Amino acid sequence: MSDLTFKTATELSTLLASGALSSVDIANACLDRAEATEPSVAAFNSLDKAHVLAQANASDKRRKDGKALGPLDGVPVALKDVIAEKNQPLTASSKMLANFVSPYDAHVTGLLKGQGAVLTGRCNLDEFAMGSSTENSGFAPSKNPWDTACVPGGSSGGSAACVAAGQVPISLGSDTGGSIRQPAAFCGVVGVKPTYGLVSRYGLIAFASSLDQIGPFARTVEDSALLLDAIMGHDNRDSTSLKVEPPKCLEAVKTSAGKKFRVGVPKEYFIDGLDPEIMTAVRGAIDWYAAQGCEIVEVSLPTTELAVPVYYILAPAEASSNLSRYDGIRYGHRAKEFKDAIDLYFQSRAEGFGPEVKRRIILGTYALSSGYYDAFYLKAQKVRTLIRKDFENAFAQCDFLLTPTTPSPAFKFGEKTEDPLSMYLNDIFTINVNLAGLPGLSLPCGLSSSGLPLGMQLIGPAFGEGTLLAAAHQYEQAHDWVKLHPSL
Amino acid sequence: MLGQSLLASGLKWQKLERVYMPFMEYEAVIGLEVHVQLKTRSKMFTRAPYSFGHEPNTLTDPVVLGMPGVLPVMNHEAVHKAAALGVLLGCEIAPRCKWDRKNYFYPDSPKNYQISQFDQPLCLGGSVEIEMEGPSRNVMGAHRHVQLTRIHLEEDVGKLTHFTNDSLVDYNRAGAPLCEIVTEPDMHSADEVFAFMTAIRNAIVSAGLSDCDMEKGQMRCDANISVRPVGETKLGTKVELKNMNTISGVRNAVAYEIKRQVFAKKNNTEVIVQETRRWDPVQQVTQSMRMKEESHDYRYFPDPDLMPVEISTEVLQKIRAELPELPFDRQRRYMESYDLPYTLTSVLCPDYELSVFFEAALAATKGKGEPKAVANYICNELLRDLTAAEGEGRAPLAESVITPAHIGELVALIHDNVISKQIAKDVWAEMSHSGLMPATIVEEKGLKQEQGDSGELEALVAATVADPKFAKAIGQYKDGNDKALNSLMGPIMKATQGKANPAQIVEMLKKAVDGA
Repeated sequence: MSDLTFKTATELSTLLASGALSSVDIANACLDRAEATEPSVAAFNSLDKAHVLAQANASDKRRKDGKALGPLDGVPVALKDVIAEKNQPLTASSKMLANFVSPYDAHVTGLLKGQGAVLTGRCNLDEFAMGSSTENSGFAPSKNPWDTACVPGGSSGGSAACVAAGQVPISLGSDTGGSIRQPAAFCGVVGVKPTYGLVSRYGLIAFASSLDQIGPFARTVEDSALLLDAIMGHDNRDSTSLKVEPPKCLEAVKTSAGKKFRVGVPKEYFIDGLDPEIMTAVRGAIDWYAAQGCEIVEVSLPTTELAVPVYYILAPAEASSNLSRYDGIRYGHRAKEFKDAIDLYFQSRAEGFGPEVKRRIILGTYALSSGYYDAFYLKAQKVRTLIRKDFENAFAQCDFLLTPTTPSPAFKFGEKTEDPLSMYLNDIFTINVNLAGLPGLSLPCGLSSSGLPLGMQLIGPAFGEGTLLAAAHQYEQAHDWVKLHPSL
Repeated sequence: MLGQSLLASGLKWQKLERVYMPFMEYEAVIGLEVHVQLKTRSKMFTRAPYSFGHEPNTLTDPVVLGMPGVLPVMNHEAVHKAAALGVLLGCEIAPRCKWDRKNYFYPDSPKNYQISQFDQPLCLGGSVEIEMEGPSRNVMGAHRHVQLTRIHLEEDVGKLTHFTNDSLVDYNRAGAPLCEIVTEPDMHSADEVFAFMTAIRNAIVSAGLSDCDMEKGQMRCDANISVRPVGETKLGTKVELKNMNTISGVRNAVAYEIKRQVFAKKNNTEVIVQETRRWDPVQQVTQSMRMKEESHDYRYFPDPDLMPVEISTEVLQKIRAELPELPFDRQRRYMESYDLPYTLTSVLCPDYELSVFFEAALAATKGKGEPKAVANYICNELLRDLTAAEGEGRAPLAESVITPAHIGELVALIHDNVISKQIAKDVWAEMSHSGLMPATIVEEKGLKQEQGDSGELEALVAATVADPKFAKAIGQYKDGNDKALNSLMGPIMKATQGKANPAQIVEMLKKAVDGA
């Protein structure tokens, strides 16, 4: 069944519908591929074969009974291990939750189950989604399928790697400051962070609630649109979920031919220190859009350089509070030795959390402390408003912004672990999109001289997913990047 | 020091008062924080149900337990009830308020933060009308208003039970909607505090917003107490009192603490330090909780999982329209419109159910009968029966066999001279037993009093007037004492087995005596 490896979800869906293939065939192909490649990729924290095959069997039975639930019925989807799936492990790649089994389904999990998707494995990440390489995983890092000496990016590194490695056609990740787009760029796949509020966060382990958003990984723009359509929509269990009609993503992809866009190029994103190969690749994409008759508009986002400091106040502040619940009292890791209740907290949290999580909890606790709140948290919120306004001004002049996704291609393991700040700077092009609540998409746009994928980012106005997907699909169809796969 | 050792030995304040002088030259300044659980179907931020008295940890769901990935969703019913509480107490309702996280680690808090309101509470200002004890129970006491600072809404925390080696936590209560009512430092005595607690409980229970049972934790009270020399405008060092589980307990604790502080200041026995003290209801003393000295930094910040709350003018108007009047307003209305004496209104009005019962019974008389007669039946006969039935407490009004219709009809029967008050007693006994309507009982048992001046009755009257043993009474009557004739009633009523109409007999007696 190795011929199924790298088939897209759309192709698999068609084969299923025609009866040429069963869901069990696909599931077995995925499990075989995983078995062959996991030793080198380590994308999954857990992959419950029996559970996968049971879902696939159920899907085949539905189809046989003429009760197939839609295009995703029988198609494998992997979930980042921060998205709750009932009776499956939910670890956030943290020792704190190493033995935690979710008692409930996240909203997106419920939606996927309702559409017959076969939930295939729990993907590794940086502990509690804090990091850019999966090196902060409390278990073991995942590897970049293109070069296993390199990181897959993070925090949704496992979700990106399993799609890039052909283990599953599509997966879900979450993006708080670039955690979908950066690993998508590193692993040469498509990753989309939707507009804040379009996908319910119910059942997503919170890192920074005002920034977190679930989104898809896929090997094609069309597949990412298919998965996006499946997970968007209002959910009354998430008060920040928007009561709007979500964009019709697949339709936007299918009607993209010949559309002309005004492409904004923010000068602050093409800076010294940007990898020259990425610079060249993104410039090439700009030229390609120009050649298609798109108007290229140079725009300015003066607050760009403020994004990292603002983010590293707001995100840790929210995280410090969100992660308070992991205390060893009701569930999760509990220290064996402790003197009293307070000591139980100290010991359990000291043992359960890794160094990066502790660093951010301390940062956030400090930022919220009495006497510092106004200078840090409140001021950061004000700057966040300015960042939003910058984008609004830019989108008065263009339909989307085209930028690099990351300043460099995938780096080697250990290259940045000694210097948290250089790790944080990996997110400079993606963070402000979360601060502004906007949709962003990362798309392969080349290979480096050392054979690593290069990514470009399309940023849209709120609810501009359709535009981003249409423009990305045009570019993808005209290039061969999508046909390249890592050799594992 | 003697005083210190007396205090340490748990001497009751009443004794202190006897041993030492009354402390006239000091005044106490008291502010309260009253927590009230709102009566809603589900919890503040989840659909999990809440009510008292269930097996521990059965009223939970992933949200209550703070499971990974769960999110809070605001209960609109709770917000409307909190706004109703604000309207009831004359607060200004914020058109827009928000939710904040109060961060602290404690096992009663499942998320280790509590969703509360910090700088934008739902209700600002307002006041509670209180009544001090009058000179006697028949006379109304002085009224005044205690000013409120604010009311905000938050989620309740779980309940910890400590044992020698372990502590257990019950999260049933966690997440229940809780209003925190903060008063100005506006009270000066334990009696005022008692009057405040009584008044606010009556107002809230009347409005159906909470059952306010302190023993079930539905109402809780922390008191901030300081004392200062009379005339001093600066506040003294504040002590916070906790663990008062009844309204009387609040009064006793506050009274003790005032005496303790005044005693310490007067006699220089100890320095009053800012601390939290716990009321020990068995020893009847307050004890230092020896809390850690550092002040809490709750690191409040707006909850990013929740949107700000906006209450529209329309919703506020609806809330206002649906609220019943305050108990004291009702009491004034009863006294003015129904001419009821204070004693009866002070039984009826603090109890909304009882006043509703009264008004229904009054309506059931169809205008045939005095409000006072109706109130008397409720406050005396009905409450006596309900109390007797339950043993210690009062049986619920809803379970009463006697309905407002019974009392209304009974009063109307008396008013129409169908039965006498004497016969009414028998009818009461029968209807409280069988639940039959009074008219039915009167009909079936032939209790109708004799009407008209039948020859038999006239003969009876004539014979009584002629009886020499009543000569003295008749003499007194002729001397202007109208009531003297009452002593002639007994034999006549007895002879007619109570069925005679007393008013008619009095008329007949007068006629017979005057004519003689």
